[in-house]
Order: sequence, then C-alpha cells, then structure tokens
Amino acid sequence: METQQATSANPKVNYEYRRKKAKQEMRTHVTSFALMIFMTLIAFIMVMAEFDKYYVFPVLLVLAAVQVVFQLYYFMHMSHKGHEAVSLFLYSGALIGFITILAFLTIVWW
Amino acid sequence: MDTQQKFTSRTWPESPEKTTLEGKNKFLGFWLFLGGETVLFASLFATYLALKDQVPNSEHYLAKDMFELPLVFIMTMLLLTSSLTSVYAMYHMKNHNFQKMNTWLLVTVGLGLTFLGFEIYEFNHYVHEFHHTFTSSAFGSAFYTLVGFHGAHVAVGLGWFILLMIRNSKRGLNLYNAPKYFVASLYWHFIDVVWVFIFTVVYLMGMVG
Repeated sequence: METQQATSANPKVNYEYRRKKAKQEMRTHVTSFALMIFMTLIAFIMVMAEFDKYYVFPVLLVLAAVQVVFQLYYFMHMSHKGHEAVSLFLYSGALIGFITILAFLTIVWW
Repeated sequence: MDTQQKFTSRTWPESPEKTTLEGKNKFLGFWLFLGGETVLFASLFATYLALKDQVPNSEHYLAKDMFELPLVFIMTMLLLTSSLTSVYAMYHMKNHNFQKMNTWLLVTVGLGLTFLGFEIYEFNHYVHEFHHTFTSSAFGSAFYTLVGFHGAHVAVGLGWFILLMIRNSKRGLNLYNAPKYFVASLYWHFIDVVWVFIFTVVYLMGMVG
C-alpha cells in the first residue's frame, strides 16, 4: 500500500514517535494561544487606560500583526515544510492589500 | 489510491490532508483563495478607514459614541478560543480519532454560533439605539460592509463545519474527507485572522479616536 510506504518501514516505532511529536506540537499551540490572549488583553487595557493615540496606534498594530503571525505560522501550520507556494499566495495578497490601504489613505487624508 | 480505504490510527498517514492528489490540490487551491480573501478584506478595510466617521450632519453618532469594549472583548475571546478548539479538532484528525475530532468541531461551532449571536445583538443595538444603519451614512455603509462581510464568513464557516459533520457522521475518517476537514479548519483560522484586524482597527482604534 502506497500510504504505508510513505510513513516508515517500522510502523510501530513511527507511530509512537508521531504521537509524541503531535502532542508536543499541540503543547506549542496552547502556548501560542496563551500568548495571543495575553496580547489581546494588553491591547484592550491600553485603550481603556486612554493613552495618547499616537502612542497607542502603533502598539495596537504591532500587537495585531504579531497575533496574526502566530495564527498563520502555528495554528495554520505555515511553519511546516511545503508551504512555499502558500507563502507566495498569501504575501502577494497581503502586498496588494497593503498597497490598496495605503492608496486609499493617501487619497483621503493627504 | 482508494480514498474509501479503512484506516486505523496506526496505518493513518502522517499528513492525511496531503496524501492524495486531490488533497494536495485542495490545499494549494484553498491557500490561493485565502490570498484572494486577503485582498478582498484589505479593500474593505481601506474603504472603512477612508469613510470612518463620515456622516452628513452632527445628529449622527460616531464610532467612539457607539462602540462598547466589553462586548467586543467577549466576541474576541469567543472567536480566539474557537480557533484553538479547531486546532484541537485537527490534532485528533491527525491521530485518527474521529469521535474526539467531532467533539472539538462541535465546540468550535458552538463558540462560533455564540459569536454570531453577539454580533446580531450588536448590529440590532446600533440600528435601534443610534439609528446607525447601512444607508444612514457613508460611515454606516462602510462599517456594515466590513464587519458584516466578516460575519457572513463566520456564518459560512459554521454551515461548512455542520455540513461536513452531518455528511460524514457515519463514514468515519478516511483520505476522502480528511482534506475537507483540514481546509475547513484553515478557513476558520483565517476568519479569526480577519477578526484580529477588525477588533484592532475598527473597535480599539475607533474608541481611541
């Protein structure tokens, strides 16, 4: 069977190794979830504390960007192998999106 | 390869979502779609940022008069947690544990439904309390288009999960449906990615000024 060949010559060893690896990865996911909750809390607290907006805005955007990186690279597995084409698609989309936002803001706010 | 072949947790391949050619194609095609979705939401964000607080006269309410942080905080926590529960579902999918995968998917659907309920309450509140409607101002149009589009994505994601669970309830996990579950969970994470920017740009930055 093709599928079994793709895993290992010794399925039992491979099975235990994979279980362990999956468990470790799940632990990383829970850690990144905790970090994301933490970043969200900081963002909300900063707004409630009513700091100056020129100080708050950049920090909020950085927190959001970091959270999205966690989401993409851990929850959506972009840190795994075989995501080269995926990165190309996503970053092309993000680049066009960034230019769109920049263009709108330039036209409206300049 | 026979996609209906029965597997056990020991014979289940390491990356079941990418073992078949169809799975590989789905994976690639779906990420291409997500790239397109990024552009879609970015253009809606651009429109919102350009039209934020653009109202015809001073009788209309502005962003900082309407938004309430506790509600947004609850919605954020719900969606963020549902992202983790769908990670748990995929963890059990990779371990070939159909029962546990379905349980976690059900939790995800429950959290998503609660989120949607809060969003409906929120929109209803804005319309009746502040007369902030889709046609009341450019601000209203831009706001409801952006946040509503995200809400529609949540609704589609929920329908997707529910259909998958019903259709495959008696089938069990195999190489035919593993890519389907995987792609649906990617979609769900992407919805959360968009929400991160919505709560930051629309709500938090809207409250500040």
